[in-house]
Amino acid sequence: MAINDLFTQEIKVVNTGMTAFRDDLAHCGVPVVQVDWKPPVGVSPESLDIIDDNAAKINEANAKALEIILKGKPVLVGMGIALDTIPGMKKNLILHSGPPITWERMSGPTRGAVIGALIYEGMAKTPEEAEALASSGKIEYAPCHEHDAVGPMAGIVSASMPVFVVKNETFGNQAYCTLNEGLGKVLRYGAYGDDVVERLKWLETVMYPVLKKAIESIDKGLDLKNMIAQALHMGDEVHNRNRAGTSLLYRAIAPAVIRTCDDRDAAAKVLEFINGNDHFFLNLSMPAGKCTLDAARGIEGSSLLVVMARNGTDFGIQLSGTDRQWFTGPALVPDALYFPGFTKDDANPDIGDSAITETFGLGGFAIAAAPAIVQFVGGTARDAINYTMTMYEIAFGENNVYQIPALNFRGTPTGIDVRSVIAKAITPFIDTGVAHKKPGVGQVGAGVVQAPIEPFIKAFEGLAAQLSR
Amino acid sequence: MVLKGFVKKGEYFDSVSLMIVSKEVNTLPGIADSAIVMGTAQNKEIVRGANLYIPELFDQADDTDLLLALKAESDTVVEETLVKIDAMFKALRNKKDEGGTNFSPKSLEGAVEALPGANISLISVAGRYAGREAMRALRQGLHVMMFSDNVSIEDELKLKRFAHDKGLLVMGPDCGTAVINGVPLAFANVLSKGDCGIVAASGTGLQEVMTIISNEGAGISQAIGTGGRDVKEAIGGIMFIDAMRALAADPATKVIVLVSKPPHESVLRKIADEIKTIKKPVVGIFIGGDPKILEAAGAIAGSTLEETAVIAAALSKGASVDECRKKIADRRAGILEQAKALAPRCRGKYLRGLFSGGTLCDETQLICKDMIGFINSNAPLNPEYRLKDSWKSVGHTIIDLGEDEFTVGRPHPMIDFSLRNKKITDEAADKEVAILLLDLVLGYGSHMDPLAEFVPAFSEAKKIAPELLIICSITGTDGDPQNRSRIKAGLEQAGAIMMPSNAAASELAGNIIRILEGK
Repeated sequence: MAINDLFTQEIKVVNTGMTAFRDDLAHCGVPVVQVDWKPPVGVSPESLDIIDDNAAKINEANAKALEIILKGKPVLVGMGIALDTIPGMKKNLILHSGPPITWERMSGPTRGAVIGALIYEGMAKTPEEAEALASSGKIEYAPCHEHDAVGPMAGIVSASMPVFVVKNETFGNQAYCTLNEGLGKVLRYGAYGDDVVERLKWLETVMYPVLKKAIESIDKGLDLKNMIAQALHMGDEVHNRNRAGTSLLYRAIAPAVIRTCDDRDAAAKVLEFINGNDHFFLNLSMPAGKCTLDAARGIEGSSLLVVMARNGTDFGIQLSGTDRQWFTGPALVPDALYFPGFTKDDANPDIGDSAITETFGLGGFAIAAAPAIVQFVGGTARDAINYTMTMYEIAFGENNVYQIPALNFRGTPTGIDVRSVIAKAITPFIDTGVAHKKPGVGQVGAGVVQAPIEPFIKAFEGLAAQLSR
Repeated sequence: MVLKGFVKKGEYFDSVSLMIVSKEVNTLPGIADSAIVMGTAQNKEIVRGANLYIPELFDQADDTDLLLALKAESDTVVEETLVKIDAMFKALRNKKDEGGTNFSPKSLEGAVEALPGANISLISVAGRYAGREAMRALRQGLHVMMFSDNVSIEDELKLKRFAHDKGLLVMGPDCGTAVINGVPLAFANVLSKGDCGIVAASGTGLQEVMTIISNEGAGISQAIGTGGRDVKEAIGGIMFIDAMRALAADPATKVIVLVSKPPHESVLRKIADEIKTIKKPVVGIFIGGDPKILEAAGAIAGSTLEETAVIAAALSKGASVDECRKKIADRRAGILEQAKALAPRCRGKYLRGLFSGGTLCDETQLICKDMIGFINSNAPLNPEYRLKDSWKSVGHTIIDLGEDEFTVGRPHPMIDFSLRNKKITDEAADKEVAILLLDLVLGYGSHMDPLAEFVPAFSEAKKIAPELLIICSITGTDGDPQNRSRIKAGLEQAGAIMMPSNAAASELAGNIIRILEGK
């Protein structure tokens, strides 16, 4: 490159700042693009310098991480009971969504779900008993993410719950997730009434054996990567819309259920349950993302996110480069459409591990693929496209399999780069359900939430600190 | 017939796009057959079936890799075709960005994606952010123009060293004007294309020189601003020298013009050494500096911005410098006659200059100094002549309205005339004022309708003081959106004495005062 090269080129200008200059250039017929510029968010100049100075190393680490993410191949291979299946699971251990949290700091829905789980496990008879036990110190709590698992909303997993086993065929690691209970008054939204516990029991005693047999009868398991790719072409973003994914799963699994289940009534009920729950596939898209991203952990210097998760109180993230270290900040209350009778005042702050789908480049990042749910983001398909376009700004790469038809089949924005989040002051955009802030009530709405900046600032500083060592 | 294959790791295109490329490739001369597919097992089978499979290359490839096989007449054809395929892929990738959206990028990187081939980043965000934005642009391989000021000198040095190593330009910080390949950037004029290349560490100085060259019937190849600090010791003239070298190597540049306030001694030496290596004629002005250093290095020194421009234009047109200097001397004599004619008609005794261009304000003070001595100013040549209160004129006073005390919370006087217009009528009301001296800078960035501002102000001033002389020069061209000739005619009609340059206007004003003072 030399200055003289410029003299022979057509001048094309990127204008950052005064739009009058853009207008003048456009008036002269000069190709010009205006940067919709915002000042960067407040990280220390020292850490900015460290990150800038290590740009080449970070880019290399990120390229490696991205390659692992793109190569990941999540396959549903089986099911198991949490106690026997999830590494480190114990009878008195309850897993929850998001970063670590104590009973004292738990939000209403998380507490409600813990209460429900203790009743379901037979460890308490009444909500009062359960609450006493929960706060007694006899029950241990840990994030799903620290046990290779993910859970939507409260994300509560207790010892007897059946879980899907999703394997990353390329790298051999696995991820686990409970069965989706449906919408409304359900455990993951903090409800713990008799009907909730009864449904959990039914899932364990009827659904689980039938599904397990069916899944295990399918040679090589169910290719979730392929299913997600198709679902995106069919109007899902596999977080707030899972209708296509659920249908695809149903199509794949129905013959296996019929073939492997002797009890026709049970088979019909299981298939009816899947058919009646548009979000059934969410509990597969989540572990698919989890096992794909987990393979990209621990790459020194990588600034890509491998976890975004909320526990209803805190929002936490993890980077590939800093592996297991959590960076947290208060979770925000989502912008949502509320069910009749509820308002934002009823809403609990953002909750759930389902932001793993966004971390994976789906959900809010792929909202342009899901025109049916654009009412959550402003009402027009253009709004949805703009959200996705903005997410490309903070993604290190694009997916080679997951595509967005409305963007000429461009790959989904993949590999959230904390550097871009900081430099551009754009935080990830997450599709989400909204839980009532009180235990026992359940879901009150659905919508979108912008991730808070604080965890990203901490992660940026954390990565810089690690690089300067 | 040769069969050649390639694997592009991690390159992904959808199958339809690849089929379109394949189809086009098969029609290219010398190509017998081709396959361009993603490396899935299924696609590998298809390639094998077409007898295009190359096991040693393709066996290792997987779903995420792009496979390319060409059966062609010769290796040369393969190579030529590969170049064409790369171009097709590039076009495809660009097409991906046309989502039919109203999306505007949030970052330089996003903008570069949206505008492939972007080569200049024009930055006018607040100074404390500008440095980082500039560095990001440089990292992306873009040249940078920083309109922003208040960038630390350490950042400026870092940016310019980095740019120098990468062969990129950093114009600024605080660079108001540049014209690259005829494109006016920020506050800049529409110029005739020609073979005069300018390097300038002064914004309005550059505008004055380049517009006069253009108005003289010559033209501009490039006008590169460096920002005023480039020629200070701390920066060491990094970009000034780089720009000189670029113009020296530029076949479209015949005459090189240098414009700056006096550089630091160490930088001046570097510039002089550089001039000695240049085979093209070099014309320069270090406003207020000693012309001997330029002359000793083999350059031609201009005494004013106008003279510098006129000499450059003459050299460009093949005229002799001596002839040119004689013409300027004749013009000076003419101005003196004009002054003699005007002086007796004056009331009062003071000169009041109201300037929007900083370098023009300096030049006027320099020209007047030789005729009537130092002049009071908010930006004086001699610190002893600093106005106690920038808002109150004392004796002969020349004010730079672009200085900070006037621009905080207010647009630059080139855009917002309200303050200058108020001062015009204030000065007219002062019975001791004989002459109002004004500059008017046209071009992009400046006020689009200066007549609407100045004509009422001039009329008002003339109503208050019919004998008041309003002397004005225009920095601009007929190509500028305001049109110089039209503005000149309008202001003349409003009673102003229009001079062809700031130097000429200053000489006329200085001469009149000298006559009034009996010197």
